[in-house]
Amino acid sequence: MRALWGFLAGLVFGLGLIVSGMADPAKVQNFLDLAGAWDPSLAFVMGGATVTAFIGYRLVWRRAAPVLNPTFDVPTNRRIDRPLLTGAALFGAGWGIGGFCPGPALTALPLLAPGTLAFVPAMILGLWIGARLKSAPVLRAPA
Amino acid sequence: MLTETTFTPWASLGGGILIGISAVMVMGLFGKIAGIAGITQGALALPGAARDRDWRIAFVLGLMAAPLAILALGGTVVQTVPTNLGLMIVAGLLVGTGTALGSGCTSGHGVCGLARLSGRSLAAVATFMAAGFVTVFVLRHVIGGL
Repeated sequence: MRALWGFLAGLVFGLGLIVSGMADPAKVQNFLDLAGAWDPSLAFVMGGATVTAFIGYRLVWRRAAPVLNPTFDVPTNRRIDRPLLTGAALFGAGWGIGGFCPGPALTALPLLAPGTLAFVPAMILGLWIGARLKSAPVLRAPA
Repeated sequence: MLTETTFTPWASLGGGILIGISAVMVMGLFGKIAGIAGITQGALALPGAARDRDWRIAFVLGLMAAPLAILALGGTVVQTVPTNLGLMIVAGLLVGTGTALGSGCTSGHGVCGLARLSGRSLAAVATFMAAGFVTVFVLRHVIGGL
């Protein structure tokens, strides 16, 4: 049951990425190109998704617990620290170069474009590197 | 590489709403943030990742099934992926490292974090958006290579 619902949630997310244009790196890069071929579509993706989640979260949080898990596990860390800002800056640079963030890259994988096939394994290696770096002492100091 | 794209407010809004519905499903069913970077780390059992792998693996498979479902139903998936493979490897490394280090991506900090009114996520979103704008500006208008 958990796997079935997990699959359906992923499918809905992936369909949303494709319908919205977010799975098209050209559209992402044009959104980020304020000084050139600016395409503001992705602001509508973020807006639609965030408002829907804002309303939906407040509805599901009325329950004592989620349907398939004993507790809600919402992040409690509130610190705006060095790993957060360094990581976000690195991510933004990569997002601009490749036009992919993690969801669209995975969704695009079965279409087998060479650029996607280069990007996804590198991203997975990066996820591993980033998880290791997160515990490195140099990044533990406050920003 | 510059490919013209058309402004698609309604399709983008509709797709965004689907993404939001998925995030609400993940919260209502599993009580978790629908951050794709974190879900992928969990699915692959990378260091420090969450232990509940079952739904995370299924979620990633669902993501990948989406374009196949659209094609099977006779639809089309419009996509222009950059062709410079060296740059795509660099981009993938930066995206993976950055989202793991920064504890989230466009979905975890962007959609879910902003919906929770998290100041930490707002700081992350402002930072990665700014970095994205600067990167594309430099690549397209200073170097001229994208």
